[in-house]
Amino acid sequence: MAFDPTISLNVNVEKSLGDFSLHAAFQSAGGCTALFGPSGSGKTTLINMLAGLIQPDRGNIHICGAQVFDHTHNINLPPEKRHIGYVFQDARLFPHLNVRHNLTFGMNLIPDHKRLFEFTEIVDLLDLESLLERRPHKLSGGERQRVAIGRALLASPHLLLMDEPLANLDSRRRLEIFPFIENLRDRLKIPIVYVSHSVDEVIRLADQVVVLDHGRVTAQGGIREVLNRIDIQTEFAATSRDEAPDFGTVLTATVAAHEREDGLTRLSIANDKLLVPQIDIEVGKKLRIRIRARDVALANKAPIGLSVLNTLHAHVAELVNQSRTHVDIKLETESGTQIWSRITLRSQRELEIKPGADVWLLIKTVALETGLSQHIH
Amino acid sequence: MFTLTPLEQEALSLSLRVALTAVVFGLPFAVGVAWLLAKKSFPGKIILDGFIHLPMIIPPVVVGYLLLVAFGRNGAIGKWLYDVAGIEFAFNWKGAALAAGIMGFPLMVRGIRLSIEAIDPRIETAARTLGASPFRVFWSISLPLMLPGLIAGTFLGFARALAEFGATITFVAAIPGKTSTLPVAIYIALQKPGGEDAALRMVVLSVLLAISALAASELFARTIRRTIYGAS
Repeated sequence: MAFDPTISLNVNVEKSLGDFSLHAAFQSAGGCTALFGPSGSGKTTLINMLAGLIQPDRGNIHICGAQVFDHTHNINLPPEKRHIGYVFQDARLFPHLNVRHNLTFGMNLIPDHKRLFEFTEIVDLLDLESLLERRPHKLSGGERQRVAIGRALLASPHLLLMDEPLANLDSRRRLEIFPFIENLRDRLKIPIVYVSHSVDEVIRLADQVVVLDHGRVTAQGGIREVLNRIDIQTEFAATSRDEAPDFGTVLTATVAAHEREDGLTRLSIANDKLLVPQIDIEVGKKLRIRIRARDVALANKAPIGLSVLNTLHAHVAELVNQSRTHVDIKLETESGTQIWSRITLRSQRELEIKPGADVWLLIKTVALETGLSQHIH
Repeated sequence: MFTLTPLEQEALSLSLRVALTAVVFGLPFAVGVAWLLAKKSFPGKIILDGFIHLPMIIPPVVVGYLLLVAFGRNGAIGKWLYDVAGIEFAFNWKGAALAAGIMGFPLMVRGIRLSIEAIDPRIETAARTLGASPFRVFWSISLPLMLPGLIAGTFLGFARALAEFGATITFVAAIPGKTSTLPVAIYIALQKPGGEDAALRMVVLSVLLAISALAASELFARTIRRTIYGAS
């Protein structure tokens, strides 16, 4: 059963916790909203407020038309009355119950006619059939997380909260879970608030993003507009604990053709063509792609004899973010697509790259393996 | 040696009845108090904690005396209970059960409290977000998860109740056939000239009983842990 798409989330909360203060407001009209920001930015505190696990000092929270918190009217619904599903970073399955009974725990607390999903529907969606009689300690991390997602969905939530559900998984398991989450976003149409500090996850899963930093919302809106904002990228890189700050460009691309004999897919972005490792999306569908600035090399002449499959002609728009060793360069292709490149200062000097210069962008196809979203609407 | 005399049978059945009653009535209170101590913070928590443990550290004879004062026929509570419900504790097996229950109570609370504290509160939180009320969470999640500790605490309390002597004899005296649990019966036997042999048989019986109680407790707890967590 599809969920009513007119629902919305409206949040405006304040809370002081010792040295840390959170003051955040955001809205969502459904779909998948990413709460994005570095560790300690208040993402989990905020999502716990939505769930009713932390009480804000002031403000109000609407979930799907229901006022679950309103400071001025003294409304503060307990978690069990908020009709939310919560998938935690650690699966938190009930150790004394097998998978089947974990799944039905929340479901059994809801009268039949109010249930949003059939048991078998969710079991199929998350491919849980073979796990049903197992105990949680006999499951792998990825399986546990799938059960946790199914358990939350079967409680018929009006809103699904996910707090870095992939953070404790290795990258293989992560890739294993991605399609399931995409599935529930696309097929079940359930609104999702997804906490993450991974750009790749946000690009793949979210429709819109709320950026949090030090307890404040520093930006919100569509993925592309927010993630391409240089101030946000810079700020995020500066506070990120990741070893390599992940600066880049988010683009919307259309699948133009599959070149199956080579295992490649051709994407078109306006009039520009881009070859990426083959993806499983129909020709004509749109998807998001993220190109890390450090994966974009530059040449000042039309390159020949290269293994790099993607070369685009462009001119230099501006140079920013100069550090001791490198500089970020905003490029504009002939069809107007803007792409960031990060090169060393020495290359910039030797190739004489300055605003207005004509350059060729070189992007290795294999560098585009991550950062591809499934199709978007 | 393996057939019990009528006197021994009487002492054994009285002991079991007293200890069982003590544990059955004490358990809900023990769970409640253990829950309060493990989960809640409130003014006077330290005082409650100390008060619960008092029977472990003061002489049993003092407990017996206090019971006599409070629950005796003319005691404040005893008189009221007799008038309202017709329940009388003085000089009968119910009084022995009350004394045994109070002496075993701290052990039950300790075991149960530890098992409550061992439950990951985040799992209970998860249950709340799935739509379960706090009571529901307790019943379907916390209680099953604390079962190993609950059983261990109960059996320990049971064993302590079987062993109870000082408070019992002070509160309900040593009346053959009425308050003569195994320890009291051993005491009575020793008061008689030539009663040592009878006492020794009952001493062996006591030891066997206590060991079986502890063994059963361990067995139960292990089985439950295995069903919950798999091989432990």
